Amino acid sequence: MTGKKVFIVIPAYNEAKAISKVLDDLKKNGYRNIIVVDDCSSDDTAIVARHHKAIVLKHIINRGQGAALKTGTDAGLNLGAEFIVHFDADGQMRVVDIKKLLTPLIAKKADVVLGSRFLGQKAKNMPFSKKISLQLGRIVVFALYGLWLSDSQSGFRVINRKAAQNIKITADRMEHAGEILGEIKKKKLRLVEVAVTILYTDYSIQKGQSWSRGPALGLKMLLRRLLK
Amino acid sequence: MLQVYQIIVFIFALFALSRAILRAKESKITRGELYFWSLLWLGVLVLTFLPSFSDILADYAGIGRGADLLVYASVLLLFYLMFRLYVKIDKTEQEITKLVQKVAYENVKKKK
Repeated sequence: MTGKKVFIVIPAYNEAKAISKVLDDLKKNGYRNIIVVDDCSSDDTAIVARHHKAIVLKHIINRGQGAALKTGTDAGLNLGAEFIVHFDADGQMRVVDIKKLLTPLIAKKADVVLGSRFLGQKAKNMPFSKKISLQLGRIVVFALYGLWLSDSQSGFRVINRKAAQNIKITADRMEHAGEILGEIKKKKLRLVEVAVTILYTDYSIQKGQSWSRGPALGLKMLLRRLLK
Repeated sequence: MLQVYQIIVFIFALFALSRAILRAKESKITRGELYFWSLLWLGVLVLTFLPSFSDILADYAGIGRGADLLVYASVLLLFYLMFRLYVKIDKTEQEITKLVQKVAYENVKKKK
């Protein structure tokens, strides 16, 4: 990928079934630096990832996606990454979209690029309940962090080295998405949203966040905001 | 005339006090915490056996009944203690995460 050091960070928890294809896709598209953070899976996630020659970091206790992202991002920084991609192990993100997210960063027009499910193409097969909860999420994020985004809960992001060094993730579990946005605002990082297509398969819907956990998530984000 | 609730509260307060003192002896809680819990339970004992005392306090605070004052004060105290617990757990969780991350890095380094 244009000689720049791009690191793909994939937090994975019991994704042995899906991660193989994701890693294959990444390799086919020329991404060689892949860091898989195995968040104490009980299946063969780590073995599969190692088999695909990814760098595998293992959490000996399950710490959540936020913590896994931090582990992977810090490792990427240590290995000299210029750009770090946060990617999912379950196959719902498309590898071809990474290039689109990288473009504004390489052109030095942004420090953080978020993949949005609501710009341009419609999210394929997105469950209705998910649409509603994501709309509510936008309002909560705006109220808490003052950022009006088309998609506030996107886990698909590419950040440059400066952003990776500046964004401090302290939220272990799902609240990290909000926390990262707060950090972007606080550290005055330049943010751009780019349309991505997320493939909602039965597998990813079943593994994904249930909308019913939304209120608890909002409350946690509020508490964090108040206590900081 | 002693009421049943007074006996129950008396026994429970003594039990709680003894626990606090024991924990302090084992240095599991600090001196400050021992004072806090001792004062709290002694206060409970005083109010149990001199209920009229709580009415005086309530009158002073501008609340109608002593029993109401007790409930308000208890709720406030509980909220405060819960807040402290929340902060403490959050900190502990972050420390565990740091440790887990460190172990993850060390293991990768060893393999190289």
